[in-house]
Amino acid sequence: MTERVAATPGLYPLPDWAKETLSDLKGHQKGDLLSGDESEAIVEEYAEVRAEYVDDQLDAGLDRVVEGQGRWDDMIAHPLTVHDSVETGGIVRYYDNNNFYRDPRVVDDLDFSGDVARELERATDLIDGEAPLAATLPGPYSLGELATDEHYGDEAEFQAAIADFLAGEVEAFPAHETLFLLEPSLVTDSPAEGEESAATDAIATVADATDADVVVQTAYGALGEKLYAHLVDEAGADALGLDLVAGDRDDTVYNVQEFGATDSLALGLVDGQNTLVEEPETVAERVEWFESQIPAEGFDRTYLTPNTELFYLPTNKYRAKLNTLAAAAEVLD
Amino acid sequence: MVRNPSANREQFRPHDHPNDAFLLTTVVGSYPKPKWLNRADELVDDPDSKFDESDLEEAHDDACRLITHEHERAGLDTVVDGEMRRNEMVEFFADRIDGYEFNGPVKVWGHNYFDKPSVVEEVEYDEPWLVDEFEFTSDVSERPVKVPITGPYTLGFWAFNEAYPSTEELVYDLADLVNEEVEKLVEAGARYIQIDEPALATTPEDHAIVGEALERIVSGIDEEVRIGLHVCYGDYSRIYPEINDYPIDEFDVELCNGDFEQIPTFTDPEFEPDLALGVVDAHTAEVEPVEEIKENIRQGLRVVPPEKLTISPDCGLKLLPRDIAYGKTENMVTAVREIEAEIDSGAIDVENPLDD
Repeated sequence: MTERVAATPGLYPLPDWAKETLSDLKGHQKGDLLSGDESEAIVEEYAEVRAEYVDDQLDAGLDRVVEGQGRWDDMIAHPLTVHDSVETGGIVRYYDNNNFYRDPRVVDDLDFSGDVARELERATDLIDGEAPLAATLPGPYSLGELATDEHYGDEAEFQAAIADFLAGEVEAFPAHETLFLLEPSLVTDSPAEGEESAATDAIATVADATDADVVVQTAYGALGEKLYAHLVDEAGADALGLDLVAGDRDDTVYNVQEFGATDSLALGLVDGQNTLVEEPETVAERVEWFESQIPAEGFDRTYLTPNTELFYLPTNKYRAKLNTLAAAAEVLD
Repeated sequence: MVRNPSANREQFRPHDHPNDAFLLTTVVGSYPKPKWLNRADELVDDPDSKFDESDLEEAHDDACRLITHEHERAGLDTVVDGEMRRNEMVEFFADRIDGYEFNGPVKVWGHNYFDKPSVVEEVEYDEPWLVDEFEFTSDVSERPVKVPITGPYTLGFWAFNEAYPSTEELVYDLADLVNEEVEKLVEAGARYIQIDEPALATTPEDHAIVGEALERIVSGIDEEVRIGLHVCYGDYSRIYPEINDYPIDEFDVELCNGDFEQIPTFTDPEFEPDLALGVVDAHTAEVEPVEEIKENIRQGLRVVPPEKLTISPDCGLKLLPRDIAYGKTENMVTAVREIEAEIDSGAIDVENPLDD
């Protein structure tokens, strides 16, 4: 019997009140964004944001609760942009979106930071045992693609250094049930032919650092066949996350039918980039339909997730999407 | 294919123009708002204040009059009201088009947000969007008035699409509405319309959608009306030479920001619409000296002859301090008039415009 788990990888929109208070406290320019050593006043604002995110998720009834990543000014590049060995360059486009992040230029050894672990400790206190915690990190492949290497000088060495850095961060995490590794670049800037194993090895390095269920979440479309097969076999993922909102979902179905799947799957079912709120029944039907496409006996778990982060949405719609996911899982029970 | 820019350009030549050569001077549109206008915008929302909507309308009228005259004082051949009545380039129009709704701000980067609207049903034309604004500005101006309109591609792709099977279909419906608005503006006397499509720069592979939308916008619009297209901050090798097929009179582009490195892109094959070239940077807070701007103008002569060259700032100037925006505009016009005189005297060889 497949367990259905309603969850999100986080990166939520700031509540509207916090958009104002934090921009007043921090400012609007590049140099005003978070560097990891923010003032007590800013720390307190983010503590309130975090508490609101936890309440939102518990109210919705999600099966995993995330910290919400309100501090991640640079989206999934955050673990690098607050790192001491990284200088931030110009503002660059975040995937194919009208969003921008600071280019993280790695200028020294990527040693341990602990920034994300500290956030998760605080979230754990807030959740207070009411639901299992899910942690979120960028996957090493995407983080490497988003960053600029000005220190290691060799692509493979840089990729390995990022993987080791992320693994070190994971080891410092408090107890977590699930780890989401966000890997949109696997679709948008796929590894070159023959380079797939370098990417999957890096992912496996991070996945091996935790006993939690690891979800390697892709986005923005279907994976190439060969890369898909490599990811299933080599990435150390308990679940591969697939974007079923994107227009090319038939290719995703084909991949799963042709090359099998991980023991669990994460399905990107609600659109993280559109305010149209899906009906829970429709989402539940999509889950059953997708599961029926696969010859396997059944999965350990199916994660019901949005296809992207949710910060693209206004706050009322972000909350509605959390409710949809939780309600869809209930429909399936 | 390109419209007929030579059929509508001369109407903008001032009767007292000092030179034979005529490089049309204009602006992209937005201009820094006077501080008091921002205060007035806030005051109207304050329940404790007596300042009401009609006071705000008066403030907007005053600001439009002020900035239109500021453009005239700078010597521009065609003027705009600085978009004093507009808040943001998508929001302003989405507010006026049936079918859009607002749910709240979304992040662009850092703590910069935008009230990204959602299209929740078929878009429809209700009240005119810009006719009152145009008539007011025309009444207070001695010079012809240009009307910037956010284009349908940007209005479609910088919104959430809840209602249409594809955003492309939404864009075409929006293009029909823009056409309706342009017809009303023309009826009110407008002869210079600029369609702003910054979203094209981020997704140049969609150039054919923009082309089809433009066909709809200009449908039935007489050739004495000048239609410009403004795009900014893109890699133009990805939309050139395709833009030669667009039904426009003028292509307005920001190249000062990139030190004119993309000029050669437009020289082969031959550039067909008139070129409106950005010659002052909209994102540096220093006024470029006249001599520097003159060098920039010469870059445009590498692409088109003087009778096809329009000169403007790179983009809207609204993020600059107001005195800097004025300084740039004034120096730009001075530089143009000097270049025209040098073309008349033969000091500039238009075949080899970079030679001294």
